[in-house]
Amino acid sequence: MNTSTSANAIDAVFAELMQRGETALIPFMTMGDPDLDTSVALIQAAEQAGAHMIELGVPYSDPLADGPVIQRASERALKNRISLLDCISVASKARERGVKLPFILFSYFNPVLQLGLDRFFALLKEHGFSGTIIPDLPMEEDAEVSALAEASGIHLIPLVAPTSESRVERIAARAKGFVYCVSSLGVTGVRSTFHDGIDAFLSTVRKASTVPICVGFGIASREHAERFAGQCDGVIVGSAIVRQVEEALPQLTSDLASEREQGVQAVRDFIAGLKPRTAN
Amino acid sequence: MSTVPDQHGRFGPFGGKYVPETLMNALLELEEAYQKYKDDPEFLAEVRYLLKQYSGRPTPLYYAERLSEHLGGAKIYLKREDLNHTGAHKINNTIGQAVLAKRMGKKKVIAETGAGQHGVATATVAALMGLECKVFMGEEDTKRQQLNVFRMKLLGSEVVPVMSGTRTLKDACNETLRYWVSHVDDTYYILGSVTGPHPYPMMVRDFQRIIGLESREQILEAEGRLPDVVVAAVGGGSNAIGMFHPFVEDTDVRLLGVEAAGRGVDTEEHAATMTKGRPGVFQGSMSYVLQDEGGQVLPAHSISAGLDYPGIGPEHAYLKDSGRADYVPITDKEALDALSTLSRMEGIIPALESAHAIAQVLKIAPTMGKDEIIVVSLSGRGDKDVESIMSYLAKEEEQPS
Repeated sequence: MNTSTSANAIDAVFAELMQRGETALIPFMTMGDPDLDTSVALIQAAEQAGAHMIELGVPYSDPLADGPVIQRASERALKNRISLLDCISVASKARERGVKLPFILFSYFNPVLQLGLDRFFALLKEHGFSGTIIPDLPMEEDAEVSALAEASGIHLIPLVAPTSESRVERIAARAKGFVYCVSSLGVTGVRSTFHDGIDAFLSTVRKASTVPICVGFGIASREHAERFAGQCDGVIVGSAIVRQVEEALPQLTSDLASEREQGVQAVRDFIAGLKPRTAN
Repeated sequence: MSTVPDQHGRFGPFGGKYVPETLMNALLELEEAYQKYKDDPEFLAEVRYLLKQYSGRPTPLYYAERLSEHLGGAKIYLKREDLNHTGAHKINNTIGQAVLAKRMGKKKVIAETGAGQHGVATATVAALMGLECKVFMGEEDTKRQQLNVFRMKLLGSEVVPVMSGTRTLKDACNETLRYWVSHVDDTYYILGSVTGPHPYPMMVRDFQRIIGLESREQILEAEGRLPDVVVAAVGGGSNAIGMFHPFVEDTDVRLLGVEAAGRGVDTEEHAATMTKGRPGVFQGSMSYVLQDEGGQVLPAHSISAGLDYPGIGPEHAYLKDSGRADYVPITDKEALDALSTLSRMEGIIPALESAHAIAQVLKIAPTMGKDEIIVVSLSGRGDKDVESIMSYLAKEEEQPS
């Protein structure tokens, strides 16, 4: 089977959006917060709300790149002993429910390393993932991972930051899937301002990149999404959605199916409200 | 052996730079600055001047005669790092990094701290050099080490209690790195151990090597030969690597690292990273890590806040795997007994961290000949620990085991 050259679902979605002149909406959610069944329901809700692909976040004990909202979600999920394997298997369960969105697994490196790199990529493929983001694996350390990713047809999506400067070109030139542009210095989470040089930074990335570019960190509203819509191909929304999940926890963990559905509905409505309106 | 790390910060398979892209340029900038200054005569002269006139180096290598006779075996020499200004070896490193920060034009410094010794040492040099300083400290540790919290504030630093995760050193490190990401433009991170991403393990080692360099010279002067065993306690491992490194090529000298076994390596409450951990990536580098099957980092436990850390510097991992150094566990109880023994035999109250190294000496000295020599790093003094020792002993009395 010639999988390494077969089309990746992320590429297909961007190609289609580009034709329609739309910006991709990419939600992030911490898996297992509050439990795996709810994660499957929330993934479904994200698709119904108009998301174009989704980041499945693996909870980690030491999430260096994350702010308090995602830290708390990780802690909640880890209390339920959610593992990397659990998070990977969520993808299959979501497919069984008919979800078509491309899946991107977001995990810090150590859980991946402990699972074994070969096994990790084999499982990603088996469970229908199209990409992965490993935030604490800069290009200097990613040789083995990126070779395995390429061989299994999974995009290893790199991050670039406003401080990356001369590194932008090197990172963007070899990027697969899309380039994840960090909007501002700091950790993930809602913020009131973006980095001063953000526009110049995005245009530098744009020039250097052969793949779509997406903006994340601190995108919390439709206004934010629209602010960047013209300069990039997609926006990633993490903490703002995870916070909605946190607020809906009383419903999401209720014994009553109707209440749980209300919780899912609240998150679905929030995600739908993030979609940038298309200019045409 | 002495050529590690390589240009990628690798000690064999260990080390490296596993951090988010947002920090990469700050680390590259630091690496470049350190390469530029590390052999610069003026830079070195300033560091040397402060070590001597400000911190009081060289520290003595003291022959613990009563203790040696009491144990009836090897001659025991104590490297008196506790006699440094601020009472521990930590200042060797903070002086070096603060001088570097100044050269780099940074006006603000940040640091993580466990026991508070590194925090105090950082607050001290920040005051000395007129730098604005914030110290991140796990909330749990701020309770265990109130005296050091007060000291840092007295020195003009801000102490930021860390409420995330385990609320100890591990999460103080995470929070310092997170803060650094947001303030890389004007802030220098004075990391306190030989852990974290390259170039820290190399740079902090270089600043701590003075411990071993002096010890080597002093023992040659006192005994006309090198010691048979060199012993040091290991948390992150900065005092141990500083002590070991100048002896690495002396293959007849046995290097012995002592890690905290807490309530025992067969319980869940210990910090015995080498004995019970396995290789993984944690806080920026590949090394041994206490972790569960899925790669989640486990909370550590030790009566000593300075050893209460689930990771260890990558160079120690390299020394262990290459067989050059051995690492052994010592329990809370053994450390307390050793603290009491040293206090009574020599009139020196060691820090709980250093008491772990002393405990190992109490075990091996009687098995060695009278013509053999042990050099042990007395990395810090025990004043800061008096309160935690009192509360530990009170608890033990309540529920005898």
